[in-house]
Amino acid sequence: MVSPGPENIRFDLQVIASLIEPGSRVLDLGCGNGELLAWLTANKGIAGTGIEQDKDKAARCIARGLSVLQGDLNTEVDDYPDRCFDYVILSQTLQQVFEPARLLCSLSRIGRRVIVSFPNFSHYSIRLQLLLKGLAPKNDQLPYSWYDTPNIRVITLADFRLFARDVGYRIVREIAINTTTASSSGTIVRYLTNCRATYGIFIIEKKSAEGE
Amino acid sequence: MAAAIDQQEKTSVGIVEKQYCTFAAPPDEMVLESGAKLGPVSIAYETCGRLSPAKDNVVLVAHAFSGDSHVAGRYAEEQEGAKSGWWDFMVGPGKGIDTDRYFIVCANILGSCMGSTGPSSINPESGRPYGLDFPMVTIGDMVETQKMLLDHLGIDRLLAVVGGSVGGMQVLEWCHRYPRMVASAIPIATTMRHSALAIAFNEIARQAIMADPHWQRGDYYGTDRPDLGLALARMIGHVTYLSDEAMHRKFGRRLQDKSDFSFGFDADFQVESYLRHQGSKFVRRFDANSLLYITRAADYFDLTKQGMPAAALPGEADNTTKYLVISYSSDWLYPTYQARELVRRLKRCGQDVSFCEIEADCGHDAFLIPDERLANLIGGFLNGITRA
Repeated sequence: MVSPGPENIRFDLQVIASLIEPGSRVLDLGCGNGELLAWLTANKGIAGTGIEQDKDKAARCIARGLSVLQGDLNTEVDDYPDRCFDYVILSQTLQQVFEPARLLCSLSRIGRRVIVSFPNFSHYSIRLQLLLKGLAPKNDQLPYSWYDTPNIRVITLADFRLFARDVGYRIVREIAINTTTASSSGTIVRYLTNCRATYGIFIIEKKSAEGE
Repeated sequence: MAAAIDQQEKTSVGIVEKQYCTFAAPPDEMVLESGAKLGPVSIAYETCGRLSPAKDNVVLVAHAFSGDSHVAGRYAEEQEGAKSGWWDFMVGPGKGIDTDRYFIVCANILGSCMGSTGPSSINPESGRPYGLDFPMVTIGDMVETQKMLLDHLGIDRLLAVVGGSVGGMQVLEWCHRYPRMVASAIPIATTMRHSALAIAFNEIARQAIMADPHWQRGDYYGTDRPDLGLALARMIGHVTYLSDEAMHRKFGRRLQDKSDFSFGFDADFQVESYLRHQGSKFVRRFDANSLLYITRAADYFDLTKQGMPAAALPGEADNTTKYLVISYSSDWLYPTYQARELVRRLKRCGQDVSFCEIEADCGHDAFLIPDERLANLIGGFLNGITRA
């Protein structure tokens, strides 16, 4: 059987996991070592699949009994039949995606709902760095220098809301959280989210979709 | 040395025995995919591990084109420490395919010369070896003989079917023919169909044999055998099983037992010497006609024509096959793009599929070289299979 992950998975993953109904079909893009999938499989009985570019990580996932494809998520998502997942999860990857609109279009084709999370670039620590030091901001969530970052985009919660509206998605739910990288603890941010949250988590679905 | 042998014995399945199962005796011959009839058919096979009372722990291992049923362990008549089965690093107690948990069956393929019926077997009609009178067999026919063997053993469910190269084709054929019988499938370094490149290499190998005057249109048994042609065919094969990187690492331009060129056509380079050695070693154990038939079967194999099984209907979820597709980064015979085509096809029909490309410079034959990563992948994947 799938070996359950550590009791305390990363806080942002805990929040995402809490949004998923038991028994769902879940696709986790950039699933890493499979912590979220393993936790969901053990605790919510989901039917999960992951996509992971890194060969060693993909192999570790498979060796712990998860269904994982080693490959580029931008192309791997094209081959699934329509609506074959209840949830497609894009966790902390959007800031590295070359064509976000095209990718989200694919994700909403194969999944009923898409869960997107990303580090919030309008957190006050980032705003202050730019304002006071005049340097490209770095913080715990975005620790890279301008010359070595894998992140090709900066996204704020407000930006994502506009983007979702412009490309035709309905935001089913928005959760702002305050946590640090790899931490299993954190808090839900309810006020002044765009300034105070370190991460945003959105559940979106295509506007034309049936249901709610 | 003694300690090494001791260790080898401890992690080995120990003594195994080649067994035979014969069926399809006339007039109930086996009808082959081509429509031709063949019988009786003998299949050589070996087993290791213990069959569970519920018969739900069976792993069928399919060997590659020149392989045999001797997957692991050693024969009683061989010395301790003698060369063991071809996948001994994978199959054994506590190994990737754990003989403490699973019952492993490996059958020699139809058309081969390692114990199963093939062109070198006696044709009951003439009392002489079949030669080219042996009917053309397909990967599907090989799978049918394995099915008959399992019927004979009273096994009706497979926890897994595992195989590399032509063995991987058999794995895919199993999933196509008996999807409900197969809980999981591990096709390794294989393809849904040969590319023109793969057919081309096979054709050159066949031409090498058929151009040997000793081949005599396949009727050479009891006389001189087409050894030169078969050795040349094997040399060509070996080039396709290796890779540019592996050949560079193993041989480079190094010379064999000399410091300068001979300015002649001796085996000056190590790579030449290696290929000649592989060629002459091969003729001692393999039959030229079997090479012709098996390469042909591999060329004819085309899963895209047959289609993969559709995803299970609702309520049928327990009957789907779980796939683990594995490719090697330096395999230029069945490159990763072909494994990805297979994965794409499986995804499109809603199958539960995992895929991993293993980074290795050993080329196509990498699955036969001890590698912990492969053993971990297979072991972990099998551990997650709950239905047989």
